[in-house]
Formats: sequence, C-alpha cells, structure tokens
Amino acid sequence: MNNVHKGVNNVSNAKAQKSVLWDWLTTVDHKKIGILYLVAGGFFFALGGLEAVLMRIQLMFPEASFVPAQTFNELLTMHGTTMIFLAAMPLLFGFMNFIVPLQIGARDVAFPFLNSLGFWLFAFGGILLNLSWFFGGAPDAGWTAYVPLSSSEYAGTGIDYYVLGLQISGAGTLIAGINFLVTVINMRAPGMSMMRMPLFTWSSFVASALILFAFPALTIGLLLLMLERLFGGNFFVVELGGNVVIWQHLFWIFGHPEVYILILPAFGIFSEILATFSKKRLFGYSAMVFATLIIGFLGFMVWAHHMFTVGMGPVANAIFAVATMAIAVPTGIKIFNWLFTLWGGRIQFTTANLFALGFIPSFVMGGVTGIMLATSAANYQFHDTYFVVAHFHYVIIGGVVLGLFGGAFYWWPKMFGYKLNEPLGKWFFWLFLFGFHLTFFVQHFVGLMGMPRRVASFLPGQGLDSLNFVSSLGAFLMSIAFILFLVNVVVSVKNKAEADPWDGRTLEWAIPTPVPEYNFAQTPLVRELDPLWYEKQHGNGKLKAAEPLDDIHMPNGSILPVVMSIGLFVASFGLIYHTHVITILGLAITFGAMFVRSIKEDHGYHIHKEDIKKDEEVG
Amino acid sequence: MAHAEEVKHDQTLPPNPETATLEGKNKFLGFWFFLGGETVLFGSLFGTYLGLRNGVADGPTPAELFHLDLVFIMTMLLLTSSLTSVFAMIAMKKGNFKGLMLWMWVTVILGLGFLGFEIYEFVIYVNQYELGFTTSAFSSAFYTLVGTHGAHVTFGILWIITLLIRYRKAGITLTNAPKFYVASLYWHFIDVVWVFIFTVVYLMGIGG
Repeated sequence: MNNVHKGVNNVSNAKAQKSVLWDWLTTVDHKKIGILYLVAGGFFFALGGLEAVLMRIQLMFPEASFVPAQTFNELLTMHGTTMIFLAAMPLLFGFMNFIVPLQIGARDVAFPFLNSLGFWLFAFGGILLNLSWFFGGAPDAGWTAYVPLSSSEYAGTGIDYYVLGLQISGAGTLIAGINFLVTVINMRAPGMSMMRMPLFTWSSFVASALILFAFPALTIGLLLLMLERLFGGNFFVVELGGNVVIWQHLFWIFGHPEVYILILPAFGIFSEILATFSKKRLFGYSAMVFATLIIGFLGFMVWAHHMFTVGMGPVANAIFAVATMAIAVPTGIKIFNWLFTLWGGRIQFTTANLFALGFIPSFVMGGVTGIMLATSAANYQFHDTYFVVAHFHYVIIGGVVLGLFGGAFYWWPKMFGYKLNEPLGKWFFWLFLFGFHLTFFVQHFVGLMGMPRRVASFLPGQGLDSLNFVSSLGAFLMSIAFILFLVNVVVSVKNKAEADPWDGRTLEWAIPTPVPEYNFAQTPLVRELDPLWYEKQHGNGKLKAAEPLDDIHMPNGSILPVVMSIGLFVASFGLIYHTHVITILGLAITFGAMFVRSIKEDHGYHIHKEDIKKDEEVG
Repeated sequence: MAHAEEVKHDQTLPPNPETATLEGKNKFLGFWFFLGGETVLFGSLFGTYLGLRNGVADGPTPAELFHLDLVFIMTMLLLTSSLTSVFAMIAMKKGNFKGLMLWMWVTVILGLGFLGFEIYEFVIYVNQYELGFTTSAFSSAFYTLVGTHGAHVTFGILWIITLLIRYRKAGITLTNAPKFYVASLYWHFIDVVWVFIFTVVYLMGIGG
C-alpha cells in the first residue's frame, strides 16, 4: 500500500521536475501564481516608470524637443494605463494571492484553475497592449480614452490595442476578484470568524467586491468603444443621436472604485506592518473593518466628481461633492487608528515600517488636496492642471506604491525565503520618499500657476521653468531608488530567512519557509484575533490543529489557462486588423479549451500523510 | 470530492447534492457573485440604451418597430423555460435523474424557440424596416443590449447541452449536481434580464 502511494507521488514529482518552465506555465498553486503576478507586475512597473522618466526629461526645459508631441501623448497614455492596470493592481494581486489564503488558514484559493486563468488573461492583455508600440503606434488618447478623442476619426489602431488589451486583462481581474470573495467566505479555518480576519484579508475582500461591481461597467464601456471603432456603432456619434458623456459615466463608474481597489489593500498592508512593528494589537480593529466597508461603499457613489466640468448642473455637482468629502471621515478614522496603534508601542524602525510611517503624512497630503478638488466650484480652476496630477500621484504613490514596497520588505522572507538587506532598504526608502516629494510637491504650484496636464511642452518665462526642472530631478531620484531596490533583490539572496523573522502576529508566520505546497499540514484552530501572537502569549507558541493529520487533496496543474488566453490574444489581432479568419481561429482556440476543460474529468491528486509527516520533520 | 464518481451508485444522496461538497459550495457562491457582476454589466447596457433610445436620427423609432404579439410569444417561451428548469431542479433534489434530464432538455428546446424568434425579429427589422446596427445611436444601443442577451441565451443553451451529453449516463453525483444547479441559476438570470428588456425596451418603446 505504502509503495503504491509512493509510486504515485514519484510520478507527479517526476512530472514537476521535467521542466521548470512547464511547471510555471501550468501551475495552479496560489503561491506560485502570486509570484507570477509580482514578476509580471514588477516588469510593467519598470516599464511604466521608464515612460514617466522620458516624459519628465521632455518637460525638464521649456520648449524641449526630446520626444515629439505624438510620442509624448503615447507615453502619457501608456504610463497611466500601465501603472494602473498592469503594475499596481497585479502587484497587489501578487500579495493577495500569496498571503490571503495563508492568513485565513486555507490550503488554497476556492478556484485554483480560475486563479491561473486570471493571471494569464492579465499577462496576455498586458502584452497585447504593449505590442502596440511596435505595430502602428501606442494609444494616445489618455488613460481615460475619452471619446471622441479615442474615436476612429481622431485616433489610430493604438486605441484598438487599448480596448482589447484592457478587455482581456479586465476579464482576468474580474475572475480573480470572484475567487478572493469565495475564498474568504468559504475557506476560512475553524475559529477564523470574519471579525478575526487580519486587516489585509479584510481589505482584499472589500477590494474584490469593488472589482466585482466596477469592472463590468468598464467591460461595457470598452465593448461600446470597440463596436463603434470596429463595427460602426453610433453610441458616441452625436450627429446620429449618440452621446459622448455616456463613455465618461461608464468609465468613471469603473474608474473611481478602481482607486479604492488599489488603496484598500495597501491600507491593509500598512495595518499589518504597523501592528507587527509596534508590537501591539491594531488599535480600533472593528472600527478599521467598518471604515474599510464604508470606504468601499462610498467609493461607488462619487464617480461623477471626475466630471464636474462636463455640465451636469449645480445640483448634481453639489451632491457628488458632498458624497466625495464624506469619504474623508472613514479615512480619517483609519489614519487616527494607525497613529494610536503606534502610540505607546515598541516601535521597530525596519524598512517595512519606514514605508508605513512615511505613508501616513504623504497620504494625508494627498487627501487634503482631494478635498480641495472635491469642492466643485473650485474644481473649475484646478481642472486639467498639474494640481490634479500632483494630487493623484500623492495618493497613488504615497498610498499604493509605498504600500507595495512596504509589503515587499515585510513579506519577502515568507515569499522568497530570504530577507532583503536592511541598510540598503533604508537607503532605498529615503531616496524614494525624497524623490517622490520632490517630484510632486512642486507640481501643485505648477498647476496653480496654470500649467495644463497632458501637454508635451511649455513656454519659457512663465515662472514654470525651475519648478519643472526640480520635478524632473525628483523623478530621477525615484528611478535611482528603484534600481537600488532591484540591486537589493539580487544581493540579498543569501540572507536565508527563518519562518517568523519579524515575530509576527498572523497565521502566515506560523508555517515553515519555504511554504509547503499544501500550506498547513493540519488546518489550524483559531482562538483569537492575531492568532499566532495569541498562542505566543497564552500557549506554547504553536497553533492548535483543528483536524487530525490526513491525506491532503490537491488540484492538478493545467496548461488550459494559457491556451485560453492565447486564443483571445490571437482573436484580438484578428479584430484589430479586420481579419475574420484569425478572429474565428482565436475564439475557436479559447472555446475549444473551455470545452476540453468541461469535458475532461479532473479529480486532482492526494499528498499522503506519510509524506507530510516527513516534510514536517525536515522542516 | 475527488471520489465523487464513486458516490453515483449510492442511493443515499443528500437532500441538497449541489452544496454537499466544499467544491459545490464554492461553485454555488462564486456563481452568485458572478451573477452580481453580470447585473452591473446589463445595468450598464440598460443605462446606455435609456440614454440613447431617443437618438433615432433619421431611422425608424421604437414605436414604429416593435410588435407586442411577437415579443409576447418570446416572453412566454422564455418564462416557461425558466419554469421547466425549476422542475429539473426539483427532480434533482428528489434524486430523479430521468426527470432532471427530461426537464433540462425541454428547457433547451424552449430556449432554442426563443432564440429562433429573436433571430426572426432581427431579420425583419433589418429587411423590412431598414434598421441596421449603424443606422442610429438607438439602433446600435438596441442591438447591443438585446444582442448581448441573445448571446447569453446562446451560451446558456450550449452550456446545458454540453452538460446533458457529458452526463447522459452518469446519474446524479456530487460532482455534476452543482454544475446542473449553477446552469439553471444562469438560466433564471437570463430570464430575469429578459423581463427587464421586455419592460424597458419593448413596453416603454411602444407606450412612450
């Protein structure tokens, strides 16, 4: 009996060792998919950063001619699109994928196959979007792609890449969102009630709900734009009864919740870091949970504050202005709870914690300019100036990007098995923070002096020269800092990490590093908020098991997600170049793979308890 | 759940086989969430249609196009198909595999009938009324909304047929019960969307 089991196991091991590439292409392990998200997201982050630097070089001097105006338009469109859809969100997904199942004591996500599909759809959508650089020019209508700027009359094939690339990667995002929702509701370990979930899990959960209700609006917006550009629809053609404002509504019904999809998980990361490095339970846990929920809800109610100057009228403007300002209340609750968590704590100034501490004032500055922008009457002055650019970079870099880097330093040991170098990390932090404020603080003033956003150049002698120069210097500093981070990733490889390097509080620190593919040999029994900390204080420091040691059921890997994504990728080229054969071929690949998936029975396999026991002894 | 196939000869199937396993529970919950997303999807399309329904340019208006008798037949076909899929689910919960298959096939046939009438309707609009997809903003919005619903019906039919053929001899198992259940949920959702289309597009189009 034992031999038979071993034989089966050896077969699966042999398969895994056959090729590393094949293993990563077919994996359905949430931890590996998390790492895939981080790698792909990191690549696009560097790409988006490069685009930003090129723009800042062009804007370093008045009337510079470093890049032509058309290229500048393409750079600014791709910078925004890449950073939002292909960098920030996937990087957060990387942490969510790796950490959320561990924090709730689960063996896996609810739908491992769909998890892989979600990643590959995002990856191929991103590749498709970026291929536009090589075929006929990148999209150039801004990341919001307002019609009629993005209609065929004014924009080339680049927008077709935008429409289809975002459609594909958006489908991947939606799938990931549903997956996290079900995982959190159905897969929690015994005792892990909703009100014992770590804040990162909570905020990922709320962000997933936002994804679920926001992305379909984008899907429809993109569908309408595609039908208009490729099949002659008239949704936005005013002469034939169309209305351009419909695009703006659909885009922002998606687009405003999107900023909360980004910021809420970052808030969650900070909550974890601040509690861990203050050696205190998070202050006002339940208030934090409810603030997260309220922010999530209000995030849907305020989309039209992006449209104050469209001409909706004073009543609509006033309602959306007040609703927008209401978000400051739960956000303020959060800020104070973080401060109270620090209050009286034994604060450790690790790199991860520095990012959390740097976040608080930076983000508050972004929040304050947000209130200024939400004042609809004043908005007419700020609209489409660099003031707006400064505001949203303050919240997105000051919130999301600092959160991503803080999360990277915090969870790196668990994810990759080694600790990043602390002194190098601190250099990185200070350079990045200084560069960030240097770049964007002055942009408030550039904006108030009237410099419009999205323009390729400015005139000399209008008081804009020196501030633009300073802003560009800041961008260079941020780039150097990021290179320092990459150096850190490489040189630290030998700093092997133990399972619980930070003296952590939550479940992910209770399992060995590297994390075994089944996560928990025995599902843990959760007795309190911050379960690991509780056991360290009240028990022997080890979690109690909620079940006897037994065989663990695992899903099989599959290449089908890659095939499905490639099918849609191919079909997109058919649509862009009006070649129906290729479109049909691509769709046939995708639907064929779906058919195979539904016909083929796949029960996965078991890891046997003898092998788990051996693992545990070695680990 | 890995050994679900082994259960098929077991006569003691639980009363709710669709949510008896964790996999089934996940599917069930995940699908409800998916339908939540679909609601926003159709909500966006309805919003677009409502914004554009008066933008007829020089083309035909909704009042000139729509005929209640045709739409009434379509509505009856689809509503009945929702009912028959309920019968199928009742049969499933009773462990009556034959009943499940029979009522699901009836559902498919009624769905095909609906789809046939919808295609017929579109053909008439294009040929007799010269309402193409590119005629006006109204026509684009109309075909997109109703067409997206039609595409959902088509997908649902193909999905259910795949299940019916795949499991024609399997009996009710803990593996396929959630699949049938989720497919029938999808079918109800399509039906509910049609009720809104019937009201917002057709009744409001005729009545003003």
